Amino acid sequence: MRTRNKITQSIRYLILFACGIIMLFPFFWMLATSIKQGADVYNLSLFPKNPTFKNYFRLFSSGNFPWWFFNSLLVGTIVTFSVLFFDSLVGFTLSKYKFWGKKAIFLLILSTMMIPTEMLVIPWFIMSNKLNWIDTYWGILFPGLMSGFGTFLMKQFFEGVPDDLLDAGRIDGLSEFYIWWKIAMPLVRPALSALAIFTFIGNWNAFLWPLIVINQVNRYTLPIGLSFFNGEFQTQWEMVMTGASVATIPVFIIFLVFQRQIVQGIALTGVKE
Amino acid sequence: MSKTYSRNSVEKNKRIWAYVFLIVPIIFYTMIRFYPTIYAFVLSVTDWNIVSKDLNFVGASNYKALVKDAMFWITLKNTIKYVVFGLPISLLLGFILAYQINKIHFGDGLFKAMYFIPYITSMVAVAWVWRWLYQPVPIGAFNNLLSSLGLPTQGFLLSKTQALPSILGTTIWADLGFQMIIFLAGLKAISPQYYEAATIDGANDRQMLFSITFPLLKPTIVFLSITGMIRYLRIFTQVMNMTYQGEGGPLNSTKPLVLYIYQSAFRSFKMGYAAALTVVLFMIILVVTILQLVVTRHEN
Repeated sequence: MRTRNKITQSIRYLILFACGIIMLFPFFWMLATSIKQGADVYNLSLFPKNPTFKNYFRLFSSGNFPWWFFNSLLVGTIVTFSVLFFDSLVGFTLSKYKFWGKKAIFLLILSTMMIPTEMLVIPWFIMSNKLNWIDTYWGILFPGLMSGFGTFLMKQFFEGVPDDLLDAGRIDGLSEFYIWWKIAMPLVRPALSALAIFTFIGNWNAFLWPLIVINQVNRYTLPIGLSFFNGEFQTQWEMVMTGASVATIPVFIIFLVFQRQIVQGIALTGVKE
Repeated sequence: MSKTYSRNSVEKNKRIWAYVFLIVPIIFYTMIRFYPTIYAFVLSVTDWNIVSKDLNFVGASNYKALVKDAMFWITLKNTIKYVVFGLPISLLLGFILAYQINKIHFGDGLFKAMYFIPYITSMVAVAWVWRWLYQPVPIGAFNNLLSSLGLPTQGFLLSKTQALPSILGTTIWADLGFQMIIFLAGLKAISPQYYEAATIDGANDRQMLFSITFPLLKPTIVFLSITGMIRYLRIFTQVMNMTYQGEGGPLNSTKPLVLYIYQSAFRSFKMGYAAALTVVLFMIILVVTILQLVVTRHEN
């Protein structure tokens, strides 16, 4: 019985590992190609003969690519800070205060999760057109400044913060804003980091809205730039793969550093219902 | 007396602060979510295109045109194909993975990472990687593999019949990790006592799977089916990036509803008509969401 168990367990490891390698194959392929040059690119091997980072240098010294990278970073960072600030403020207010209209406000914010972005982009575009937000950073980021999902998540976590702690702050004469910022916020740090990671990655990868609101090439975000890559580098697949690598490597790094929070965060938001 | 007075003033103070905290968010949700939603409904009964100055009310004529529009039906059919073929496969594979990973005792973090990474990477980036893998013989890795094995090469993205399944392959590959993580959390939430009791009663793995695991996993399965359905209904990015000039070809064989919406609005500038299409999408998603609410309510 023991040995049979050991054998099935070993087989299980082996199969899971082999399938995992197959899953990751497109990434190996992408990374391997990004360090190939010339004829080597079409020599379909995972191990380049003369590995070189020239493609990366070429990409970052081209006119627009550094902008795309910078734009993605800037927009992702601003949106993430805004979401963390407002979603936790609203989540806190909805969980810790009693006031008229509270339930209605919560349900309305929750209901925004059901509205598909596809339906909103046309009115957003018309609005941006009227207000001259086309081709601006504000234009890319304004729809994402707050999120129903994040508000819901933060509300759930603030429910777990004991009222006594907040009252102690009131007795000490702290303002309500200060009570939220200095007492409640540090207690929900795990939720904040999960929300930050999801928001940043979501924005880093966002495609539909930036595609619509940006026409000017140097205002593209990375995904839009990659999508129109052929215009810039024709069909040089090694350059496309280098661009794709630059778009994915930061996410790999974030994932490796925050794997625990990401996996737990996803499981948490998915399982509770 | 003075105590109740101060207590009341604290409560009043808290109420005022609550409204202060909510001012900016209320403005945001009103202007950026609710107003545009209503606006989309209004646009859908107008003939507005970018050029004309004013909105002309045209009643239900966009909706009437939509019913007669062959392209609407083609893209709706494609969208349904994505949902009907893509979702069950990704759910099944996600479950198998979670089930197996749940049975190992160390190193599960590595496996979770391996299968989950495609889900969080940029769809545009991976779409282009897959697009290259699917290329014809001199440069496409899959076709090279096939020909080196002596098998006939395939058209993949260039074939009218294979393009949609090819795109679906990429989609399922990217989606799998999400299903796996949620299934795994669902499996971990099942108390081991059930299995211990069943083992004492002499139940085998198969019996335990069908009489313990699946019934207790039902909320997870419902959740994943509904959210998955919504995700597959909204397929866009991969088609835009994997087909020639983002047209959803060859011959519209891969074009989903959202790509048609995008083209109607931002290539043909038929804003009113595109808005009507988004209303249809919204209604489909609404029905799916209500279905979830009803099913989960029923459970409780």
